[in-house]
Amino acid sequence: MLAWTVYLSFLGVLALMFVPGANVRGVRTIALLTALAGLVCAVAAAFGYDTKAGIQTVAKQPWIPALGISYFLAADGISLTLVLLTGIAAVVGILFSWNIEHRAKEFFAFYLALIGGVYGVFISFDLFLLFVFYELAIIPKYFLIAIWGSTNREYGAMKLVLYSFVGSALVLIGLIAAYVIAGLQTGTYTFDLLALAKVQFPEQFQYWAFPLVFVGFAVLAGLWPFHTWAPTGHVAAPTAASMLLAGVVMKLGAYGALRVAMTLFPLGLAAWRGEIAVLAVIGIVYGALVALVQRDFKFVIGYSSVSHMGFVLLGLMTLTTIGLSGAVLQMFSHGIIAGLLFAVVGRMVYDRTHTRELADLEPMGLNRAIPFAAVTFVIAGLASMGMPGFSGFIAELQVLIGAWQAFPTLAVLCGLGIIIGVAYTLRAIQKSFFSGNILEASIQRFNDSTIQRFSESASRPSNPTSTLETISIPERIGAAILIASTVIIGLYPTVLLNLIRSGFDSALMAPLVKGGPL
Amino acid sequence: MAALKVGSVTSAVQSLWLIPVLPLLAAGLLAFAKQRHRVFAGTLAIVALVASFIVACGAFAATLGAHGERAVFNFTWLQFGETPLRLGWVLDPLTAVMVVMVTLVGTLIFIFSVGYMAEDENFTRFFCFLSLFAAAMLGLVIANNLLLLFVCWELVGLASYLLIGFWYHKPSAAAAAKKAFIVTRIGDIGFFIGILWLYAETGTLLLYDNGNGCLEGSALAQLVARTTIGGMVVSTAIALLIFCGAMGKSGQVPLHVWLPDAMEGPTPVSALIHAATMVAAGVFLVARVYPLMDADPANVAGHSPALCVVTWIGAITAIFAALIAVAQNDIKRILAYSTVSQLGYMMLGLGTGGVAVGIFHLITHAFFKALLFLGAGSVIHGCHHEQDIRRMGGLRRFMPLTFATYAVGMMALAGFPLFFSGFWSKDEILHSAFAWAPSRWPFYLGAAGAVLTTFYMTRQMFYVFFGHNRADEPAGHVHVHESPAIMVVPLVILAAGAVLLSIVGTPAWPWFHAYLTGHAAAVQPVAVDVILIMLLSTALVALGLGLGWWLYGRRRIERADSPDPLEALQADTFTVLRQKFWIDEAYDKTVVRLNRALCRAADWLDVFVWGGLVALVSYLAVGIAWVNRLIDEYVVNLGFDKGCGSVRWTARLLSLWQNGQVQRYLRALGVALAIFVLIFIWGCRG
Repeated sequence: MLAWTVYLSFLGVLALMFVPGANVRGVRTIALLTALAGLVCAVAAAFGYDTKAGIQTVAKQPWIPALGISYFLAADGISLTLVLLTGIAAVVGILFSWNIEHRAKEFFAFYLALIGGVYGVFISFDLFLLFVFYELAIIPKYFLIAIWGSTNREYGAMKLVLYSFVGSALVLIGLIAAYVIAGLQTGTYTFDLLALAKVQFPEQFQYWAFPLVFVGFAVLAGLWPFHTWAPTGHVAAPTAASMLLAGVVMKLGAYGALRVAMTLFPLGLAAWRGEIAVLAVIGIVYGALVALVQRDFKFVIGYSSVSHMGFVLLGLMTLTTIGLSGAVLQMFSHGIIAGLLFAVVGRMVYDRTHTRELADLEPMGLNRAIPFAAVTFVIAGLASMGMPGFSGFIAELQVLIGAWQAFPTLAVLCGLGIIIGVAYTLRAIQKSFFSGNILEASIQRFNDSTIQRFSESASRPSNPTSTLETISIPERIGAAILIASTVIIGLYPTVLLNLIRSGFDSALMAPLVKGGPL
Repeated sequence: MAALKVGSVTSAVQSLWLIPVLPLLAAGLLAFAKQRHRVFAGTLAIVALVASFIVACGAFAATLGAHGERAVFNFTWLQFGETPLRLGWVLDPLTAVMVVMVTLVGTLIFIFSVGYMAEDENFTRFFCFLSLFAAAMLGLVIANNLLLLFVCWELVGLASYLLIGFWYHKPSAAAAAKKAFIVTRIGDIGFFIGILWLYAETGTLLLYDNGNGCLEGSALAQLVARTTIGGMVVSTAIALLIFCGAMGKSGQVPLHVWLPDAMEGPTPVSALIHAATMVAAGVFLVARVYPLMDADPANVAGHSPALCVVTWIGAITAIFAALIAVAQNDIKRILAYSTVSQLGYMMLGLGTGGVAVGIFHLITHAFFKALLFLGAGSVIHGCHHEQDIRRMGGLRRFMPLTFATYAVGMMALAGFPLFFSGFWSKDEILHSAFAWAPSRWPFYLGAAGAVLTTFYMTRQMFYVFFGHNRADEPAGHVHVHESPAIMVVPLVILAAGAVLLSIVGTPAWPWFHAYLTGHAAAVQPVAVDVILIMLLSTALVALGLGLGWWLYGRRRIERADSPDPLEALQADTFTVLRQKFWIDEAYDKTVVRLNRALCRAADWLDVFVWGGLVALVSYLAVGIAWVNRLIDEYVVNLGFDKGCGSVRWTARLLSLWQNGQVQRYLRALGVALAIFVLIFIWGCRG
């Protein structure tokens, strides 16, 4: 069932080949149906999963036996959580790309290929296969940004791809080294993650291999100071691509770092843990600070992603059950919330106003022109700043409790990041939607029979924003799906937490959980 | 008999969740209501809160005979790391008295709002937010888990943000909302870190859990036994962190700056949130975690280091805010600073006298401050949204009912002897401060604050209700009018409350004190020192009243722009007070500027250093690429091209032969044949 998430996505690409490009409606429908089918598979797999079962093999076939490479798909609670996230993000991303007319067929083909690659990474337990899917996910990203992007798109696309490839080059070196050393040590050469994880690598080797592989993956998770691809890439990308980029692609990095680097090299992890935790906290505070002074609406969200992914990396470094499960939940939560934020900024605002400069948006009084977008953004902003009742709160709370046990000082510093997070979110909310028309505001202040005047002036035909098209049905459905996801997880996190926690019980992941201080 | 009573507490706690859930449901329904459904919105919100009030009264009644018995209801919410996270609610006298106060005052303010907001286009949304606020506040009060309490605490902050910024088209309101949210959030981070630490130490966040809660014996003993940075006991450190949250929410110095600005919201909001309930949440929090605050290795009740901090912060806030209130001209801002000052008194009471002393002032203050704010709202409404007290005057003739109720509120706030609840609650605080062993200074500060309180309230009364009207309108055309009944009736009820509450808190029959501490109330003889303090506080009130009358009542204030009599007397002092000690400016110059500089630095780092590094690497790569290209072009390709060139030349030559003309092929064939024949012949000859 789970493997079909991958197959379906690529079948969808294939199906799109046979639809004439002029039939945009048909193209969209196929893309949406494919993504929906993938989501159904993901949900069925997640709910059908027995949390006591550990890592469940989905498919295992020798692929290149000479090199010990096999086609090995499997899943545990961590994979399933992220597969579920990918399914939701894929469907919603298509809903928010409903207005794409320019080369729609290619757009959705690249889109589905990207989704297929991402699904593949999350359920591969053969490192070679994982790496193939990982690379497969990078290529469509380039085209999505370079062809359908906006501001500085060639630069953004190129920067993103270069960063990704440099990261994967580091990963590849580390993986091959591990493959060779394990082969020399045990006599069997294999890329099977479960087999490799049992090998006791020499300490000296782990000491340099761990940072190589971890940082290689974490580049994609926005680890400071390798984060600068993220804001420019997010800004340049079309809405759906930014949603996927922040929603799932950044999780690829965090997932790889957890699944590969941390399980293979426990001694290296122990040696570098403190340094990486410090980088994560710098990322949290730094990302929030930079977000506070951005003039471009999308850059604010882009930097907020860097800040929120810092919580994921910090949670990973705590090595406690609570911190690790918080990190995985934060991956899910950030995927949903960042997707929602980008949807509002990119699709609901930018596609209508054709500007993202906060200074330009300020006088428009967008809350009256597109109230649905305003309400959605307020909800997304609250979720993003860690308001209780939304998924981000539960996730960050767990990360912080874990961090408190491992690195108390860093946990306190995170508090600074949270406060600044509140500040930049409120600033963005007020500047973008609630500044109102300066003229109307002054009428309001100096007139005592304000209300009548106010409503008159709001309905004046000269109001430039009154011509904005209303929020369409696909946008409303997409926003509703994302809001529902974050609220359900916020109020009843047990649904996912049981799944995630079971992931850390398996023989592969259990040794990670040490608890206790550094 | 006792078992039966306790049984009723345990059964009452089962239905306690209804109290916050009813307004929450109302808020949820109203979120989807259309703007024109005004009657529906108002009715639904009020009915829901009244229903909550009834449940709250039931819970209150159940605790009456229970002698301080505490009942809890806990359930598992989620698996949290290795341990389950359990939430729950608790019913004890503190909870009971708070839920009754919040629902009662809340209901009255809701009713008042129907009149006050009648013309607002977003009436429905207003009641949605108000209900959300009430739900969160009630949830906070009943929570038996610090995390649940924190969740509600944040929701209360959110509702407050939404309501302060309700008229978001006013830039000042939008800025005030943002400021309130961020400043309180600064305190909340301390609170949050305290929660994390407490969880790490005790492994539970349940307050009471049959002996295993974090406020109960074993956990406290564990916390007291360990020390942390600077030899501080862990319990003290955690208590102080939690107190940070209380300072933010209750506007204690130096985090008080948001509260006066929050007056940009509609006046009922100021009354409900920024006077009666939400700001009291900080005081309530200290009372709720009082066992933790009180935990002390030296085991001297009431003098633990954490409580000393609470006492000092409270005393300083009480005098500091009272000083600022003396020089303000906005009717709501005066009340706002007065609220800050009174919250300081509550903290002072908690620190020196314990839960009952602080909470009694909280309850009485909720009534008379809600009364004063709603009275101010009525004045503002009557004066067509004028808030500057210098442009009022003589209103007692135009708004007699508002005047009468406002006067009751003013006397209660000032602590006018015997008939007003404020007198008894403030007297109790002064008395416990007087008896506080570590220092006598908090008492002096509190006493001085009491004089100032009476003074600024007298000043306000004279400006607003006496003299003649100083509005800018031509004489004889005063448009001031009394407010409609829906606004005046709540005022009357609150005024009654402000007077009647004094019955339960006199030293002769301290029922409230006994109820909160779980003793049976009894009539008791009044000690001599209590009477002395009462006489002293009466003298203080008289002094404040006299000063106020001498400055503001003796001579008429002629025009709106004539200088304040105090300004004429002491210009420099007055300026300092009017400018609120320049606290906002100081923050602007330090914290805000530092933050901005950090942001700029980080942004600069990103654009120039990290971006520059990336650019450098890419230029390097491009440079190498160019070198490669040149090598390719002039070294590698040159030979290759030459080779290719000669091949191409040969090919072109050869291709001449293949132009597809059959005749030419035939001709060539013929020629070749002829040559062949000739060679053949010539060869055969030899």
